[in-house]
Amino acid sequence: MSNKESIVDIPTVNKIARLSRLNIPEASKQNLTNDLNNILGFVAQLEEVNTSDVKPLASVTGHKLPLRSDKVTDGNIEDLVLKNAPESSSGFFVVPKVIE
Amino acid sequence: MSDLLKFDLLSASIALKNKEFSSLELTNAYFEAIEQTSALGAYLEIVKDHSINMAKASDKNFKNGTARPLEGLPIGVKDMFCTKNIKTTASSKILENFCPTYESTVTQNLWDDGAVMLGKLSCDEFAMGSSNETAAKGNVVNPWLKNSKMSPGGSSGGSASAVAARSALAATGTDTGGSIRQPAAFCGITGLKPTYGRCSRWGIVAFSSSLDQAGPLTRTVSDAALMLNSMAGHDKKDSTSANLEMPDLMNYLDRGIRGKKIGIPKEYTQDGISDDIVTFYEKSINWLKESGAEILPVSLPHTKYALPVYYIIAPAEASSNLARYDGVRYGKRNEAASLDEMYEVTRGNGFGEEVKRRIMIGTYVLSSGYYDAYYLKAQKVRRLIKEDFDNVFEEVDYILTPSTPTTSFELGKKQDPLTMYLNDIFTVPASLAGLPGISLPVGLDKSGLPIGIQLIANSFDEPGLIRTARVLERNAEFNFIADGAAK
Repeated sequence: MSNKESIVDIPTVNKIARLSRLNIPEASKQNLTNDLNNILGFVAQLEEVNTSDVKPLASVTGHKLPLRSDKVTDGNIEDLVLKNAPESSSGFFVVPKVIE
Repeated sequence: MSDLLKFDLLSASIALKNKEFSSLELTNAYFEAIEQTSALGAYLEIVKDHSINMAKASDKNFKNGTARPLEGLPIGVKDMFCTKNIKTTASSKILENFCPTYESTVTQNLWDDGAVMLGKLSCDEFAMGSSNETAAKGNVVNPWLKNSKMSPGGSSGGSASAVAARSALAATGTDTGGSIRQPAAFCGITGLKPTYGRCSRWGIVAFSSSLDQAGPLTRTVSDAALMLNSMAGHDKKDSTSANLEMPDLMNYLDRGIRGKKIGIPKEYTQDGISDDIVTFYEKSINWLKESGAEILPVSLPHTKYALPVYYIIAPAEASSNLARYDGVRYGKRNEAASLDEMYEVTRGNGFGEEVKRRIMIGTYVLSSGYYDAYYLKAQKVRRLIKEDFDNVFEEVDYILTPSTPTTSFELGKKQDPLTMYLNDIFTVPASLAGLPGISLPVGLDKSGLPIGIQLIANSFDEPGLIRTARVLERNAEFNFIADGAAK
């Protein structure tokens, strides 16, 4: 992590966009790169905090995650599950062909 | 023109019980108000037939003597809450036709207690924003200085604008880094973010799961107490929901604060905070002192790191939560030849600029080689921020801060994402620590815009927050109404 100059360049933006499954138009890539560098430069100030003996905090609840018995609590709602699907057929979600 | 709009949530509830007017009359008055203030753009969807049916059912309950705590009171719902068979878009194009087949726990709690639903309120897209300008259908306007087109704040901008414009008696909001408190401050109303875990997150469109909390936006502190009473509660369907009974907040309204200790954190009086806000902050400190509280200077040394921590953790969680919008199970799809291309064009077209920016940041800080330097580091500093608060709450009962560094700004004036992020500088720290906070209006600045003050309490001390906020409210006597409000 460094707040010097730019951290991400256009190839990095392409890679992150690919990982995020986001189509980014060529024309907006430079602006996006600048925005990301500004934000990453801003958050880089965390470097100055000494955290060598600090445990990461993932949850503030302070309680243990509750467990429940492994039993079916609902079901038989195929129609409802598929109701908002852009495309469905015979009780399945339909996606573009994935096998050549 | 309706006198019924003068009633706030609590006084309307009493008047309904005394049969001074019916829920149907009240609900119709609100539909007139919605029409009158439609230029503000607060509502994405109104559900008039549904509202009328709910109001009629409420009137029957009043007649039968079976009225529930919020019986017959018409409220608005932020579009982040899933509402059964009623369109829920989170102000995003990708969800423009999404119609949930279930109801969020919080809204169900409200309907179970008799509230009447007016419609769905605009917000920043997926609650990501501080000005309500990232909404797919365009910004919402603040009813204050209506000719100047001021921002209502965000992300609960539609909720705050509607309550201030009197086109909803009260509204639900969600707060991840300030999204209830900042718009409440900008619109001159009360906004309460409860302790993380107080309200179930089930059925709320997820943004940042370790931070998101639902809460009320209301005209008064009493109204916030009344509404949160119904919204809160343990829910087995949310594993982070607290299994802890919340006392009836209405019992804490008039207990005063004699002998209580109020902390004034030195880190919250920085450069860039407007003079008028400083003046009212000092007034607020004095009001608490005169009411018998002890004022103590305190220090939250890691405050300046709260925003950088937030802008790592919230985007990281968002990038993961928003992976579900894949054009397969729900939401909009853009067709393409292959599955991967379909994902990419669907998400590229469906999400707005700010949402894409945050997904990109989140993906970057979680990606191989950067995880430790950004995400893990942010989680460690988050612990230090929480420990700052833990230490201070050993010494004091409540913390008083300004809600925002400035009052509302003109729509379209803040183009740079980082400048926009700085709006939440006073609200983000309590969010990271999971603490309850309330913003209430205490005065107007020189240009006539509302100023909000924030109180922060220790975890699950909503009763303390309410009683202290009431003392401020009584002293401030903020009786101004926005010039753009319904009449």
